[in-house]
Amino acid sequence: MNIVVLCKQVPDTETKIKLLGDSSGIDVEGIKWVLNVYDEFAVEEALKIKEAGKAAKVTVLSIGPKRAEEALRTALAMGADDAIHVEDAGIYGADAFVVAKAMLGALKGLDYGLILCGKQAVDDDMAAAPQMLAEMLGIGQVTVVSKVEIDGTKIRAHRDIEGGAKEVIEGQAPMILTATKGLNEPRYASLPGIMKAKRKPLAKKTLADVGASVADAKTKIGAWTLPPTRQAGKVFKGTADDLAQRVAQVTKLLRDEAKVL
Amino acid sequence: MSNVLVFAELRGTEPKKITFEMLSAAKKIAAASGGKVVAAAIGKGLAGLGAKLGPYGAAKVYIADGVEKYNTEGYANILANLIKAEAPGVVLIGATATGKDLAPRVAVKTGGGLASDIIGYRMDGANFVAKRPVFAGKAFVEVSFVAAPAFATVRPNTMPVDEPGAGAAEEAALAADLGAPKAQVVEVIAGKSGKLDLTEADRIVSGGRGMKDRANFKILEDLADVIGATVGASRAAVDAGYADQAQQVGQTGKVVNPTLYVACGISGAIQHLAGMRTSKVIVAINKDPEAPIFQVADYGLVADLFDAVPIFTTEVKKLLAS
Repeated sequence: MNIVVLCKQVPDTETKIKLLGDSSGIDVEGIKWVLNVYDEFAVEEALKIKEAGKAAKVTVLSIGPKRAEEALRTALAMGADDAIHVEDAGIYGADAFVVAKAMLGALKGLDYGLILCGKQAVDDDMAAAPQMLAEMLGIGQVTVVSKVEIDGTKIRAHRDIEGGAKEVIEGQAPMILTATKGLNEPRYASLPGIMKAKRKPLAKKTLADVGASVADAKTKIGAWTLPPTRQAGKVFKGTADDLAQRVAQVTKLLRDEAKVL
Repeated sequence: MSNVLVFAELRGTEPKKITFEMLSAAKKIAAASGGKVVAAAIGKGLAGLGAKLGPYGAAKVYIADGVEKYNTEGYANILANLIKAEAPGVVLIGATATGKDLAPRVAVKTGGGLASDIIGYRMDGANFVAKRPVFAGKAFVEVSFVAAPAFATVRPNTMPVDEPGAGAAEEAALAADLGAPKAQVVEVIAGKSGKLDLTEADRIVSGGRGMKDRANFKILEDLADVIGATVGASRAAVDAGYADQAQQVGQTGKVVNPTLYVACGISGAIQHLAGMRTSKVIVAINKDPEAPIFQVADYGLVADLFDAVPIFTTEVKKLLAS
């Protein structure tokens, strides 16, 4: 069984988001682009499955502009075998349907039993393209996965639902699983790994090659806004001696002023 | 003239709060688009649901009865069949564990567009325009739809519930046709507490690195019990093993928006602030007066949390008793 890991390059979570002057998008100046943190869990899981002798090859796939190649190189440096980059200068920020359709096209002809990816990309937070792809492929899915067990072609995964509860879901390969934090601890790429990654195969395709177009989008993004800045409120400083008094004061304010108690 | 369909999410046979939130929004959307509100529910023993949903604006509820447990592909099949027949203009689904899993598949099956986790909307004439957070709430975008129906998953606690009116919704049977799902839920492992999930919680007490140890979360649980809150944690606390992953609030955890958020021993990293900044009232307890959390807190207490939290619990108890 081979594994395909879907990867997205996103701004680092430390990024302070600034908008362009016309509010048409974010100002990408100075942004540090990284492999989506949830996709790192997916890459790690794929490598672990391969290392356990349950998969033969790990291919990483990304739909993104030229710079997305760096995220693929990161995954290759972690240990993935090869990469496919569907490159398009205007794809960043595209509708989830377009991305799913591009992935569908890119998967055509590949032999895989498992598709892994992060439960969401930490930029658009849509958490939709993997499920859309599963539907297009007509295969089973498990989202928000914190544990994976592979037994031949039988796939069993734990899905985190509300309040710490979990659903255990079973299906037959091929399936799509979306990884959440807690699934594993992603490894860091080693220096030899980084050197080796430079020579690993990375196939380039265009959106047209995979039969997708941004014109297929089913939604359109309009104006961007920033959240209202929260004003700092009342801060009660003092000593340990007057602590009880300060706490009582805050408690009263929560009832009488904020009206939340 | 198009209807608004609400997928009624249930806990057993009772509608969850998010269902009432969506019905209240749907009523306004339907009024602007000249249609009606219809609901769809899947589960077991759902006769009588019309009387529960009608007062919140549903004119009709389609019920697929006899389905024991959630199945992504099966639920998607049932909903897509209804949507193809009913052709609603807008479909609202909860941005919950179920809804987020389900909605993208239904959107593909029916050719619609999707906006996930919306926190607001406006009507542009008869057109529905959704507002949703990106970058965990560091920014917002408006989403308009070029394909119908317009699917939106709605974040819990973001839309007000209207006062219930009178009247029951008409009940109509919906074929519980699950199709042939490729994956099945074989077991459900219950969570530790019967408390509300962080994403649904109206009150949250969270602990950070300052908690120093897993056992110390007991003092937060005591406070949470008194005010009816769910206990959350910062990434630092989760990574240090003081709390479970399911409790993490922030950009790589859960984005929450309770009425009251009490942050204890949390410094306020940008990723954490992104996850809780929409809370209505924020209380911060931290030793460090320079902690960034104080910049977003409505009420800040510069104090050692191990001294302050137990006093706070006692004070709230007194206040609630008086």
